[in-house]
Amino acid sequence: MENLQCQCGHVNPLGTKLCESCGRSLTDKEQNSKLVDMRYEGTARRSQTYNKSIIDKIWNFFSSVKVGVSIIVILLVAAALGTILPQQAFVPANTEATIKAYYADTYGSVGRVYHFLGFHDLYSSYWFIALVGMLAISLVIASLDRFVPLYNSLKNQRVLRHPSFMEKQRVYAQGPGADDTLQKTEAKLKELKYKVRTDKNGLLAEKGRFSRWGPYVNHIGLIIFLVGVMLRMIPGFYVDETLWIREGETRAIPEVPGYSLENVKFALETYTGEGEEARFGEALDRVGTVAKNYQTDIVLYQAPNNSLPGETDNLEVVKEYPIRVNQPLKFDGYAIYQMDYKLNELKTMTFALTDQETEESLGELTIDLIDPNESYELKNGSTVKLLGYYPNFSGFENGEPQTASPLPDNPGFLVKMTTPATPQGETSFITIQNTIEPFGPNQYKLTFQNAEMRNVSGLTVRKDSTLPILGLGGLIFMIGVAQGMYFNHRRFWLQQTDSGDILLAGHTNKNWFGLKKDLDQVSAYASLPAYTDQQEETEKEGEPQS
Amino acid sequence: MTLTAISSNLLYIAFFAYLIATFVFGGAVKGNKKGSFNSEQRWGKVAITITVIGFLAHLGYFFTRWVVSGHAPLSNMFEFTTAFGMTLVGGFIILYSLYKTPVLGMVVLPVALLIIAYASMFPNEISPLIPALQTNWLAIHVSTVVIAEGILAMSAAAGLIYLLKVVDLSKKSKQRFWLEGILYFLVLVVGFVISSSYFTLTNYETTFQYVNKDGQEATIIYNMPPIFGMNESVPLTEDTMTPLAETPPLVDASKLTTVTWSLLVGTVLYVLIRLIVRRRIVQLIQPLMKSVNIQLMDEINYRAVIIGFPIFTLGALVFAMIWAQITWSRFWGWDPKEVWALVTWLFYAAYLHLRLGKGWQGEKSAWLGVIGFAIIMFNLIVVNLIIAGLHSYA
Repeated sequence: MENLQCQCGHVNPLGTKLCESCGRSLTDKEQNSKLVDMRYEGTARRSQTYNKSIIDKIWNFFSSVKVGVSIIVILLVAAALGTILPQQAFVPANTEATIKAYYADTYGSVGRVYHFLGFHDLYSSYWFIALVGMLAISLVIASLDRFVPLYNSLKNQRVLRHPSFMEKQRVYAQGPGADDTLQKTEAKLKELKYKVRTDKNGLLAEKGRFSRWGPYVNHIGLIIFLVGVMLRMIPGFYVDETLWIREGETRAIPEVPGYSLENVKFALETYTGEGEEARFGEALDRVGTVAKNYQTDIVLYQAPNNSLPGETDNLEVVKEYPIRVNQPLKFDGYAIYQMDYKLNELKTMTFALTDQETEESLGELTIDLIDPNESYELKNGSTVKLLGYYPNFSGFENGEPQTASPLPDNPGFLVKMTTPATPQGETSFITIQNTIEPFGPNQYKLTFQNAEMRNVSGLTVRKDSTLPILGLGGLIFMIGVAQGMYFNHRRFWLQQTDSGDILLAGHTNKNWFGLKKDLDQVSAYASLPAYTDQQEETEKEGEPQS
Repeated sequence: MTLTAISSNLLYIAFFAYLIATFVFGGAVKGNKKGSFNSEQRWGKVAITITVIGFLAHLGYFFTRWVVSGHAPLSNMFEFTTAFGMTLVGGFIILYSLYKTPVLGMVVLPVALLIIAYASMFPNEISPLIPALQTNWLAIHVSTVVIAEGILAMSAAAGLIYLLKVVDLSKKSKQRFWLEGILYFLVLVVGFVISSSYFTLTNYETTFQYVNKDGQEATIIYNMPPIFGMNESVPLTEDTMTPLAETPPLVDASKLTTVTWSLLVGTVLYVLIRLIVRRRIVQLIQPLMKSVNIQLMDEINYRAVIIGFPIFTLGALVFAMIWAQITWSRFWGWDPKEVWALVTWLFYAAYLHLRLGKGWQGEKSAWLGVIGFAIIMFNLIVVNLIIAGLHSYA
């Protein structure tokens, strides 16, 4: 490998801009510039040095901040595009065809184009995920490309730098000094919590070097976070199930082997605007009702270790708990959330078998709408046979009654009624407030008496084993950001020449205002020569005269 | 006087204190013709005292309201936007104590005034919390976000001052156009406040019946004379104005009417200003920027982002995700408000990376600071009111 030897004798790796040892400028560009470029300490970065092989090219592409920023901006624009119309997860349709139709019907041609471009599911699209992947690669490569040389350079800093390095620093001073200038400066800087090293006629004071690692730490945090998100794809790391459960029901919890849940009671409370709540009266008058609490009182059961899967006897009570919004039930790494509800679902319907003319009743039968019997025996030898049950009756197709769903929202019954008077039986189709007699007028009918109702609670069953990893990533990111943003790396170099003159240079990665405040204090105490901010000087010179 | 009344009176006090302070800061800046900074310091002191009094009253409003309602007053548009005005002023007071810059007050306070006025256009009764909001995360998440946005807004204020000073107004340029555009937008907000207040004070209300997108009948209430009508709309109120145009069923004609009235009144106002002063508004303001130290403005622009970005991350992403996990069972669901928090975050991340490169200091950073604020305002106004989602509480 070709190396660069500096005038001071130090051998630098190829690509170095400022000598690692003395700080002399090694490239023409650096030599001709008024101020030294202190980014990454002028070290040799791989991306700036090699550009031959395909690996070099990929490395250089991803290590570029410009590329990184471009990826961020593209992601930003893409993310924003996904909010123009609702994503498919939020629209009331769930098959490919109905979703497509929904966008076209609701949003017209805009919706059609949106769906055609795949923006209805933008955040799971391959190109969006690929962009996030590219960002992750960029985070890793750009960090390595800078961190390694920067770390080595700061670790091996020398106290004495060449005057050409010092006079090209942004904050610079030169002038006569006294015999005790060095000692006084050292004392004051130490008082300001600087780490001071001296060597012969010079000193190097440094504070907050760890802030330079902030960007790399926060990038590590982001990578851990993204890895956590990816782990979710692995089976067993992530469970997301919906559990609808009626009052009084006990159901096995999906994807949670061995556990069952009983819904004892679901309640929806609203604000009354009375008593304590009188202060909300005005708001309630304007908007009407406001929900105060959604709550499912549950009992959690666990099957004993030796029981067979699916066995529901001998369940052991684990816990009784009121699940509320913001207060999920937690057990064994799982959490169950209150997410949805349905009030007053039909539970049973009671009918009387009556003579249509005399209105005389032959007795009553109660049909359980979830688990109906095949036939119901009445007291005097009459029977009602349930030929067909359509929990959510939606109309006839080819003469056959249809059901839209298995939920008892609009129950329909095809029944055969047999009584001593009509031993051959009469057929009737019953829905709410309607009776159809398909084979001509009947003598008997089922007259609706009453119905029982109950509430249904919609719960979400969740397990997310990636949360600790995501939390760790987030924590490291926050530490890195605070480290890099709220602290600065400040340095002062001071040398006294044989003739007693003082050379002073200062550098910080951020917050020059703070650096100058420190320097003002030191200058006042150790009577240092007045410094100039050479960058401001240059800018002023460049400004048009007004 | 009840505590509720005290609370709203404190907000009035804050509003008028900011209003007075704006003019005193203006006087401080204008009085400094010789660039001697003496009069600027003297009047600056008076102005900052008034601002601090206003800010204390604003804090008083906030905490008395907290006591009355029993929850952090950050739960709807009125409360959030008022709090945003408060953190804006808080951010300015901190900057003033560091850098003694009256010109910043002259820019931040009018914006804070507009924001408070905008907030008061929303229903301001003390309202109960829906179950999802009944947790301490409401106070933790929203207050962190509102503080972060107040700080980030300082970057925009410093950026705007930078631009007002450096953009050459004597010849036509994109910069001049957009800078005037920003001021025009501020006048439009005034237009919204004026038209909204006028029709509220005169108790204007009219109701129409229309056929909605599902083909069913529905009613719509207008609080301003209806410029746009819904599909097949029929007035239910007597002697009402006939809408001039009909909108497709998907568009809320009432909201569109409000936007149009604001545009109309704002534009008339803008044209009047132009006719009276016979110059662009930028040209009216630029002379006040004479003694501005642009290096300092660039430094404030950058430092505001440096300080605000981690707080924004913590509030708008970390705390938000923790709360979402507890309430909605998932820490992230691509809800529009979540997406726009991410967009804002990505934008400032891009800003911080661009600043590493050469040539992005100064004017370019100033524009970025202003754009960042525009994204925050978009998230506050458009995402809440137009792109509905889980966060639409207003």
